[in-house]
Amino acid sequence: MTTLHATWRSALSLAAACVIAGHAAGAQAPDLPAAPRNAPQDSGALRVQVQGTLTDAQKNDATLESATKSVASQLRCPVCQGLSIQDSPSELSQQMRTVVKEQLASGKSQQQVKDYFISKYGEWILLEPQAHGFNVLVYALPALLVIGGAIFIVVIVKKWTAAAPATSGSAASSDDDAD
Amino acid sequence: MTRLIASNAIVVALAVTALGALLAPIAVRRGRRDWLNLVYAAVYTNFVLVTISTLALVWGLVSHDFSISYVAQVGSRATPTFYTIISLWGALEGSIVFWAWVLGMYAAAVVWFNRKREGNLVPYAAATILVVAVFFHILLLGPANPFQAVFPVPFDGPGPNPLLQNHILMGVHPPLLYLGYVGFTVPFAFAMGAMFSGEVASDEWIRLTRRWTLTAWGFQSAAIIAGMWWSYEVLGWGGYWAWDPVENASFIPWLTATAFLHSVMVQERRGMLKLWNLNLMVGTFVLTILGTFLTRSGIISSVHAFTQGTIGYYFLGFIALVLVVTLVMVAGNSDKLGSEGRLDAPFSRETAFLLNNLFFTVFMFTVLIGTLFPLVAEAARGIKVSVGTPFFNRMSIPLMVALLFLMGVGPALPWRKGAGPEVKAKLLPGVVLGVVAGVLVLVAGARNIYAVLAFVFAGFALGVNVEEFVRGANARVKAHGEGWLTALSRLVAGNRRRYGGYVAHIGIVLVALGVTASSTFKTEQEATLKPGESLTVSGHTVRFKNAWGREEKQRQVIGATMEVMDGARVVGVIEPRMNYYPTSSSPVPTPQVRSMLSGDLYLNLMAFKQDGSNVTVKVIWEPLVPWIWFGGFVVCFGAIIGVWPGRERAPRAAAVPAAATPRTEGQS
Amino acid sequence: MNWKRAWIAAAAAAPVIGLFAWGLTRDPNNIPSPLPGRQAPPFALAVFSPGQAGLARPVGDTVRLADLKGKVVVLNFWASWCLACRDEHASLSQVAATYEGQPVQFLGVLYNDVPDKGLGWISEMGGQSYPSVDDPGARVAIDYGLYGVPETFFLDATGRVAFKNTGPVTPGMVRLKVDSLIAAAQASAPAAAPAAPSGDTAVPATKGGKAQ
Repeated sequence: MTTLHATWRSALSLAAACVIAGHAAGAQAPDLPAAPRNAPQDSGALRVQVQGTLTDAQKNDATLESATKSVASQLRCPVCQGLSIQDSPSELSQQMRTVVKEQLASGKSQQQVKDYFISKYGEWILLEPQAHGFNVLVYALPALLVIGGAIFIVVIVKKWTAAAPATSGSAASSDDDAD
Repeated sequence: MTRLIASNAIVVALAVTALGALLAPIAVRRGRRDWLNLVYAAVYTNFVLVTISTLALVWGLVSHDFSISYVAQVGSRATPTFYTIISLWGALEGSIVFWAWVLGMYAAAVVWFNRKREGNLVPYAAATILVVAVFFHILLLGPANPFQAVFPVPFDGPGPNPLLQNHILMGVHPPLLYLGYVGFTVPFAFAMGAMFSGEVASDEWIRLTRRWTLTAWGFQSAAIIAGMWWSYEVLGWGGYWAWDPVENASFIPWLTATAFLHSVMVQERRGMLKLWNLNLMVGTFVLTILGTFLTRSGIISSVHAFTQGTIGYYFLGFIALVLVVTLVMVAGNSDKLGSEGRLDAPFSRETAFLLNNLFFTVFMFTVLIGTLFPLVAEAARGIKVSVGTPFFNRMSIPLMVALLFLMGVGPALPWRKGAGPEVKAKLLPGVVLGVVAGVLVLVAGARNIYAVLAFVFAGFALGVNVEEFVRGANARVKAHGEGWLTALSRLVAGNRRRYGGYVAHIGIVLVALGVTASSTFKTEQEATLKPGESLTVSGHTVRFKNAWGREEKQRQVIGATMEVMDGARVVGVIEPRMNYYPTSSSPVPTPQVRSMLSGDLYLNLMAFKQDGSNVTVKVIWEPLVPWIWFGGFVVCFGAIIGVWPGRERAPRAAAVPAAATPRTEGQS
Repeated sequence: MNWKRAWIAAAAAAPVIGLFAWGLTRDPNNIPSPLPGRQAPPFALAVFSPGQAGLARPVGDTVRLADLKGKVVVLNFWASWCLACRDEHASLSQVAATYEGQPVQFLGVLYNDVPDKGLGWISEMGGQSYPSVDDPGARVAIDYGLYGVPETFFLDATGRVAFKNTGPVTPGMVRLKVDSLIAAAQASAPAAAPAAPSGDTAVPATKGGKAQ
């Protein structure tokens, strides 16, 4: 199968056979002030624990980081199959994450960032269809099935219990010995 | 020579299966037992022929016979023998050969075990399987032909897709999957046989195929878990399920099959839900074909999309045939499948099974609708949309949590009666365990309502199902004075189906715990490290020692040695790497995992400097992920227990509803 | 056998099969772009490969989209690791050279690559007639909704995206598009086009923005 358009195969390529300038921006949290580079960097857990002692700049950073994560989890990686740009290790995904982070940092709302990507890639770039118009169907149908089915079961159980002649309770006392 | 043997074997197999399929109904009509034996002989002969063809293809691969088109496509002299053998299923054409072989094997086995049976059920069932086999043989001689001649014969080939040479699970997942998918053809064939022969009202087709269905289900479950494990270990993003169409294609029939396995118990005991169960079983098969169609036709883009080309039209034709025939037969027979519904109490096991059916079915529809929606939306609006993980998680997590609850409540509820004091005693350990689990997870920091509920209900289900064993064993100890372990094994042997089922429930609980924990508490960090520098994630520290390279026969490998630290002590070594294959312009990053009881330390090499002065690694802490794989084993163990032959108790009499026969218990 | 029910049920299969049959005619991997018809996203990128002869630009020069207004622009995103880009390179370079002196700007944009590797690839491929710029961080690529390489955008003289091609281009198609865009530019604003042959000044500007 020829790859006329080098799309998802390049997802596997981190294009990192040698150092790429501007590698993976935004992947690492900024160092805590004056932490020596070769001390163990306890990142995720530590960040949560010392939340109270972060400066304002770094607090924003944590909110910014989680906002970036939230938006990035909803955007589809264009060169992968179905992964979000948050999950995908591909270079384009990392670059898109940077774009997301910068736009959020400049004050845009999450929806505005998503709209930007929609204006470039079309609705396809969202991993979950927006619930407008025709798309409502994909949410509504399963919900209707569950509700309808539950109602149906209630009705049926009522009907079937009413229909039961009083079979002797004692005979059924030995609960399931087979199955 | 090999090529000719392999391809002609399929030609003959096509003729044999086609003739057998045509002969069977004629033999039944004319009452000719001897012609029927010919039909059965056709089934056995088909198996021999496809075995010859498959072995010939494998031989062609191993002997690097590049005059065979499939070998020229996926073979390479540099590929290690193990991967060469398993490249049999690595690309479309070979996978169809494998499908045909598994089908031939199942057909031969099920006919052999039932060859002496009277009646028309088996002949029509055999005819159905033969028709399916005919389709796959046509594919092998048409759009999916692996045996075309290549001239001039190349000296070497490109080898399999690099992604498929990276992990031994590639030798495990596809065979399990085919044994599952194809295995569902057996109960389907018997269901169709029952309808064609007019004997659909009796439960015989279900009884005869119980073990086959459970076997196929067991393989399918194992295959799904193995697939998750493979993608987790190979693809590098630290996840194990992406709701890709090919994953959904394997999951959707599993859902209806699981529903079926539960729902038939209601039919056996109470004679109800017959039409529903028929639909579930027939639907499972249709969904397997649908799933195959979706992933092989190129109609939906997927990581697994094997191909484009004409094969889509062949599958479309087959699926149209299957859909129309099954719809006609099931709807046409629906009159014969009514039953007087009767329940003695609303909160009984029967009701639990009804809810079970509801949740599994809605789950199946949700995944199906989500998978197909991009196609439907494009047809309706002309715009492409994506339906991915956020949608599927949002819609299915509540259903999964509800099913976990049912898995706890169901075994505790009795048939017929409602909840009484006995039930409360059965539920108690589950409730306790559920509360404990809930508290633990809240303390650990989970705040998502579904995560908490999942833990609570998982604990609940675990408690109830384990309690069943404890109770049963204790009762035996009391009654027979056996040792506890003897009591336990005798308990299970006395009702393998039931206790096998409870074991499977426990396995699912483990899977659920692993999935919930890793989704809720996963942490990751990426960093560029110089030698001696370390990175810590959630209390686990790894230190970069050095980068290295080595040459292997089929690829070049660049790796980083990362030491796992406990304080200042090195307690382990993990070496994530990148594999460079000559046929691929980009490397395949190969993550490495260190598993512990509490979770996985997952390392992926993202980048490196040519002089080895630094590397960029991503470290992910994945809590409880090994429980998923272990849970998978437990589920399979449960299926094995359920399938294991033993002293077969006659099924409980819930037979054909003869008018007004008062039901008496105690018939066995 | 209840045939009435049977055939009603069978009829239910028809729309499903119809949907799948229709689906087989579509390509699921081709994502239509929302850009055609809209103003092209602006950019300012530095030249790293100068191009040849009359089309050349000095290395380090900044190419701004705004400066290219009035010309037809062919924007080709490529990379040295891209196999399919090799298919189109030679012909694209040749076609570009034939438009020397006309109000057309061919521009290569390097995507997720290192300029040194790009230069190496160009010399390996026998040279590139038009200049190429570097797009660090893929900002411009993302702005153009790129999801792989090669992709080629055809911008009309007013700066609107007229057409996007996914995958390698063919010389015939390039000529067709460029010629029609040049013609449209001349038809709508003949006085404004610097090197264009004089045209009808009286033609009303109703055909601006070539479709497709």
